[in-house]
Amino acid sequence: MFGYYLDLALRSLRRNKVLTTLMILALALGIGASITTLTVLTLLSGDPLPQKSSQLFYPQVDPYPKDRPFSRSGEKVPWLLSYVDAMNLIHAHKAERQAAVALSQVKLTPQVQGEKSFYADGVLTTADFFPMFDTPFQYGAGWTAADDESRAQVAVIAGFVNDKLFGGANSVGRMIRIEDHDFRIIGVLGRWAPQPRFYALHLGGRNYGKGEAVFLPLQGARAADVMPSMMMSYGPSSDMQHLETSQSIWLGLWVQLPGAADVSAYKLFLGNYAQQQVALGRFQQSRVALSDLMSWLRDQQVVPDDVRLQAGLAFGFLLICVVNTVGLLLAKCLRRSREIGVRRALGASRGAIFAQFLVEAGVIGLAGGVLGLLFVLLGLWGIRHQPAPYASLALLDVQMFVFTFVVALVASLIAGLLPAWRACVVAPAPQLKAA
Amino acid sequence: MKLHPILAALRKHKAGTVLIALQIALTLAIVCNAVFIIGQRVERVNRPTGIDESNLFLISQQWVGAPSGDTADGVEKLDAMQKEDLVALRNLPDVVSVAPINSLPLLNSSWTGALSLKPDEKNVGTRTAYYFGDEQVLPTLGLKLVAGRAFNAGDVQHQGARDQRDPATVMVSKAVADKLFPQASATGSAVGKAIYLNGSGKPSTIVGVVERMQTPGTGSWASAFAWNSTLVPTRMDANFSRYAVRTKPGRLDAAMRAATPALYAVNPLRVLDEESIQSFAEIRDKAYRADVGMAALMGVVCLILIGVTAAGIVGLTSFWVGQRHRQIGVRRALGARKVDILHYFQLENLLIAGVGAVIGVLLAISLNLLLIRQFEMERLPLAYVLTGVVAVLALGQAAVFAPARRASNVPPVTATRAA
Repeated sequence: MFGYYLDLALRSLRRNKVLTTLMILALALGIGASITTLTVLTLLSGDPLPQKSSQLFYPQVDPYPKDRPFSRSGEKVPWLLSYVDAMNLIHAHKAERQAAVALSQVKLTPQVQGEKSFYADGVLTTADFFPMFDTPFQYGAGWTAADDESRAQVAVIAGFVNDKLFGGANSVGRMIRIEDHDFRIIGVLGRWAPQPRFYALHLGGRNYGKGEAVFLPLQGARAADVMPSMMMSYGPSSDMQHLETSQSIWLGLWVQLPGAADVSAYKLFLGNYAQQQVALGRFQQSRVALSDLMSWLRDQQVVPDDVRLQAGLAFGFLLICVVNTVGLLLAKCLRRSREIGVRRALGASRGAIFAQFLVEAGVIGLAGGVLGLLFVLLGLWGIRHQPAPYASLALLDVQMFVFTFVVALVASLIAGLLPAWRACVVAPAPQLKAA
Repeated sequence: MKLHPILAALRKHKAGTVLIALQIALTLAIVCNAVFIIGQRVERVNRPTGIDESNLFLISQQWVGAPSGDTADGVEKLDAMQKEDLVALRNLPDVVSVAPINSLPLLNSSWTGALSLKPDEKNVGTRTAYYFGDEQVLPTLGLKLVAGRAFNAGDVQHQGARDQRDPATVMVSKAVADKLFPQASATGSAVGKAIYLNGSGKPSTIVGVVERMQTPGTGSWASAFAWNSTLVPTRMDANFSRYAVRTKPGRLDAAMRAATPALYAVNPLRVLDEESIQSFAEIRDKAYRADVGMAALMGVVCLILIGVTAAGIVGLTSFWVGQRHRQIGVRRALGARKVDILHYFQLENLLIAGVGAVIGVLLAISLNLLLIRQFEMERLPLAYVLTGVVAVLALGQAAVFAPARRASNVPPVTATRAA
């Protein structure tokens, strides 16, 4: 029976080419726009470390004075930590792993004569960064907590820097010149660029895009006078030359807490820490926050507003296209009342008529889906050529590929419901009489 | 013409009528808000920065192995290096003037603080962005002086970038002058007044006021003080420097090409690549690229939406015309003129589009409220909604014209033929 309906549908669609083209085109445009924006949206709101994210937490405390709070409303807890607080929390060892993070623009000077220096993105962090974030190593390994304390001038470099400077060879043990200081390479990372770049939020870098070029021990890099990209002062002694003691926040802290018990224990510890600092007179408020990775990304609204706006617009667009298709299908099917009357008189049941018209709608949906897929590919190609930092990520995956057809079919079947229902309630007798 | 027969006929086509009205309503709601967003972005992109943007470029460079900016000795050495660079650039044939500067409008790299009228007021006062330059900063950037005087060579100091020292003299934009001295009627009255920078205890005297100068930040956090600029006559000495260069008219490209070799001739130990030299047009382009992209996308979506809606109206009305062939023939046979038939379909469409527009206005406003809550959007002005209503009504009329014309051409003899 399905084959027969399909044949009828194709005949009917061929009979009115302009209307058919119009319906397919409108549906394809709506699907193209909504799947393109949805692909970008899911990409940008994805989980950067799916296997680990539930264990990673971001603690915050508030060293700001009460009368001059961090945010105008006074509700937000400061995004970053001062050096003193970050070190206190790390040295307490209350979590399985903990790492402080700052970003920096560093000057790299190749050791080869005639090669010019260039700027590169750097991460200043502490030893646990690598095991905590499961970074893959091509060669060597990260540094140890002892290296942190001894202010060792060692470096982990990204694979692409190793390719550029050392032709991809094992460069562990070689020296690299950063900000006019020599650092010894102890590790080379494999491809590592979680999206969004959750650890980089509010540190003065981009939220998406490729990973950093070099990773340096925080204390060792500071001894070489590497400056963080972001710094906010909360008090009068905010001397840029002595960041370690100044009243400014410039570090993000990540801790790994494997179980629910660890999380509540850490919360308790963090609360006690803040109260202790209030008692010491360092803080005026004992507010703290501890968010897991995904809620931190959500609360900081890391997905750009424009992307969410575009997705909303695209789905509005799809809605209008569906309404449009309903109208046109309805017009078409009412025009065929006589044909329906004949079919009914010859014994076709209401269900058969209903099925026939739904198949016709489904065919339009499928055609719209195929054409829509082309529009999606075109749209994503366009996005890849945009200057946005997430541009290179805009690729269609298998899930979205399947989803495109699901949306196309569902949209067309919804659009076909009303016309099909109207078709199957056509009374055969008057139609035949009129003929 | 009486409305009654139209309403009676529409009652027989409930589904089609509702669908057209719904489509018009949704189109109106989305297009109104999209056009409003486009308008806002265009307005943002078109606001003048206050500087003369043509024939201007910026050099950002960093020295390799430079002396430390934290020692008095190092600062002097860095200042000498910077002065050498300035002399080399000023001697280039196509260059009119050069000023050392920490940032430019739209560059998104800023140094901000607060100004107040009393000493020792921390974190309060008028927010501002600082531009550090020398006596050539006004002619180089093409700023318009409206009161007082420009900096002279005697005003210019130099200091390490991390030193906290208060300048004796500053210039401010008119926006800052008006904010600090709201009661003063004449702009010139700010000249000669003392202000305190960043809660300092030492006063700085305003020597001049420029008409308009945008701050470097283009993000939403900076929009609250986008016009509050303060010029400080100080060369900042660090291991990096920026130079704003004004060239002779039409000689921008030549001067940009000549700058790199000239600087390498002074001192080859520096980081200076293609990205280090950018014309102001490039800076502007980069700052607003996302806005222009968004506006373009919204524009395309609006056009397609309008096209789809118009096509939908044409399709449904054509169908109605086909369906009512016989009735039209009867009316024509009974004496209705062609124009009566035309008007019938036009009026019918006006009715449907009118209902759609009323629903659309409600939808547009609720969509706007949703956007305000979700995206910190501004309130949709009534003018946009009213223009939108007129536009969808016109769209309906344009779309219905062809099918209505066809209907009016149905000959009266159709009535007598067997259907």
